Amino acid sequence: MTDILDPHATASGAAAPASTAARDAVAGAAQRGKRVRMLSADLSAVGEPSLWAFGGALALGVILIAAFLAMVTWNGLVTFWPKPIAMVELRDGTLLAGEPTRSSVYRPGENVLARLDEEQIAMIEANGGFSERVLYKTANFDLYGDDFRWVSDFDKAAVTFPPDFHLFERQQWGTFVGRVAGLTIGGEPQAFDHALMQREQSAARRRFAEIRRLERSVIGAINQRMDRERLAIRRANLRFGEDSPRALEQIAASQARIAELEAEFAEVQGRVNAIRENDRRYRVLLEEVNGRTVDTELSQIVRFYAANDIGFFDKLGIYFSRWWEFLSTEPREANTQGGVLPAIFGTVAMTLLMVVFVAPFGVITALYLREYAAQGRLTSIVRISVNNLAGVPSIVYGVFGLGFFAYTMGGSIDQLFFPENLPNPTFGKGGILWASLTLALLTVPVVIVASEEALAAVPRSMREGSLACGASKWQTIRYVVLPKALPGIMTGMILAMARGAGEVAPLMLVGVVKLAPALPVDGFFPFLHLDRSFMHLGFHIFDVGFQSRNSEAGKPMVFVTTLLLLALIVTMNASAVTIRNRLKRKYAGGQF
Amino acid sequence: MNVVAPERQFEPTSYHVKKSPEGAALDIRNFNLWYGKSQALHGIDMEVQKGEVTALIGPSGCGKSTLLRCLNRMNDLIDDLRVSGEIMVDGFDIYGPGVDVIALRKRMGMVFQKPNPFAMSIYDNVVYPLRVDGITKKSILDETCERALRSAALWDEAKDRLNESALGMSGGQQQRLCIARGIASDPEVLLMDEPCSALDPIATAKIEELIHQLRGHYTIVIVTHNMQQAARVSDNTGFMYLGRLIEYGATETIFSAPKKTQTLDYVTGRFG
Repeated sequence: MTDILDPHATASGAAAPASTAARDAVAGAAQRGKRVRMLSADLSAVGEPSLWAFGGALALGVILIAAFLAMVTWNGLVTFWPKPIAMVELRDGTLLAGEPTRSSVYRPGENVLARLDEEQIAMIEANGGFSERVLYKTANFDLYGDDFRWVSDFDKAAVTFPPDFHLFERQQWGTFVGRVAGLTIGGEPQAFDHALMQREQSAARRRFAEIRRLERSVIGAINQRMDRERLAIRRANLRFGEDSPRALEQIAASQARIAELEAEFAEVQGRVNAIRENDRRYRVLLEEVNGRTVDTELSQIVRFYAANDIGFFDKLGIYFSRWWEFLSTEPREANTQGGVLPAIFGTVAMTLLMVVFVAPFGVITALYLREYAAQGRLTSIVRISVNNLAGVPSIVYGVFGLGFFAYTMGGSIDQLFFPENLPNPTFGKGGILWASLTLALLTVPVVIVASEEALAAVPRSMREGSLACGASKWQTIRYVVLPKALPGIMTGMILAMARGAGEVAPLMLVGVVKLAPALPVDGFFPFLHLDRSFMHLGFHIFDVGFQSRNSEAGKPMVFVTTLLLLALIVTMNASAVTIRNRLKRKYAGGQF
Repeated sequence: MNVVAPERQFEPTSYHVKKSPEGAALDIRNFNLWYGKSQALHGIDMEVQKGEVTALIGPSGCGKSTLLRCLNRMNDLIDDLRVSGEIMVDGFDIYGPGVDVIALRKRMGMVFQKPNPFAMSIYDNVVYPLRVDGITKKSILDETCERALRSAALWDEAKDRLNESALGMSGGQQQRLCIARGIASDPEVLLMDEPCSALDPIATAKIEELIHQLRGHYTIVIVTHNMQQAARVSDNTGFMYLGRLIEYGATETIFSAPKKTQTLDYVTGRFG
């Protein structure tokens, strides 16, 4: 009886003093009767107090993650929604126009108070020494030298939302806020008409796209071929010796081809110039709120709308067209505007390439460690070391990747296969191949650990069953163990992918750039250019948020890009999870 | 190897074994086995008759499973294991030098305590021994699959779902599937390690019925905890205790008039 009544005697030391009273009560109650004893039972015996701790920890984690996701999602989703344009008349008579971005409350300092009149000071004092201010995105960077302006309440005289104010997204210099002061169509001045301008702007954008296509694809291809001929000349010199007859022969052939290509180039350039000449005759005169004007080609206007004079569905249309532009075009304006297509492409390509490297390497390593290696002290040391590799700072992997992959391996490849290009490196610099190898190295511990666990979880009885059938060890692994362990191995791959896709620091050293001139995959032989540097969404976030000329202007982009990166990783993981579940179903079967 | 020949428990006991006209399939001679330093089998002498069912009974830990697993060298997976003595199959010692373990295992089908079908379809499970043998011809595989499943009395239940996962079957079906797999490559010997211990009585009855049917086609060695089962299915029975083969003989003799008191005590339920 006393054994049953005395759980406190075995309770942990910390709990013991607190429960002394309870023990006395229990001991006393033991003599009196059963009912009291039950009432005074220890809390840890009748209830589940730890459940609160477990549940609380989970709730805290869920709240933190949900709040983070909600913030990113909300900010990311509202960024592209068209905002109204406010025209603010200040007390000194000047005007400014812009999108209200955010507001804050602040305490104006001495130097601010010094320039204010009594009425304004009274306003501030009525507010307890505080004032509210609003940040307007005035845009027009080419005129003002800044994109944003704070306006305090006490400086404001009137705020209106004039319907004729437009927001112009330009190819260069960012956005413009103002009115249309004049329209020139085909050299003829025309009165401003929204529909006409819309039509002409679309036509102008088509001309712009044609110029870009000619410059990028056609001239790009010509340049590519010219480069190849120039390299052929260098190669001929290197291989056959300077001024040797064979070299001279090849050089002459190459030079003839270069001459042909130059003629072709001149022809295309002529076409480009003609289009451009024509394009200059379609112009628009933009006027900002105080009457200063900017004259620009219509083709420079990416998108324009009368922010205060459009309905919900027009806004929706603009919203989606901005998303489409974001997802399908290249960045402009130092990455703060335009799209992120190259970054999406680079992220996906790099992650997939990483999986291609890390999957066989990690699984084979785990197979050896678990199935073949004698389980002794040495194996344990190796296993612990592999686990610890996951804790090495990722930037260290970046340094290693740069030093070993790019400089040592890439340098040797250049010496052996691309000597004509030297001293310009081909593989001897950061590139998508080295970046994915570096990340493969970074994520391989995750894959090894997960694969090992998955292999260890395959029941011994299954292996024995296979061996008893006369299968060799390798056949057993190949046909019985690996398929059974595959879902677990896939889990490791998913973790590795998530880690790799979100990693930025090492990539900055081994191949990620702010703006890549070309995608790693294109139409020129050999189509997949593993030596090329690439753009990456994670680095894009860093670059736009912290490296651009105006972080305030880049802030919305940071949210949108973060949202996109998260969505991309979720998509990649979801597809991997789907594959894994399909495998699990295939091998598990239903129980009946 | 400091193998000390242990004293023999008894001189060759096969004199009251039911002899098969074809002779012995397995001849175990003075077989000893050590796990590290502890000896698990002591001087086993036993002739397993061809085409008959031989049961091994005894209390837990007596070494009957260990002995069974020596017959196809499944114990090789265990580190730190030593053996001495001989197990003769067709005149050669399976623990002798240069024995191809894989070839040996192909001649011995094995059924385990718990059903252990592979995570593949029913069809792939049955033909697995042939596949690992390199046989890819569809007609041979199909024919073998049907024959093995029919022999294991599973064909009628499984023929319409050959391509479904074997893990979706019931425990009894899985065990019969494992028997089908064990006999798919047409082995000479079928080793069964407590094949019914994880099954309900109905499934057990089916397996026992199956053993009756397979008798004569295969030499069967069955380890069982269940004395009634041994009495029902076997021709000869060996009683093991503490790593020694106490008595080995025709099943009726062992259960009705054993020569040793230990055997009598065990089969009458006085200990064990």
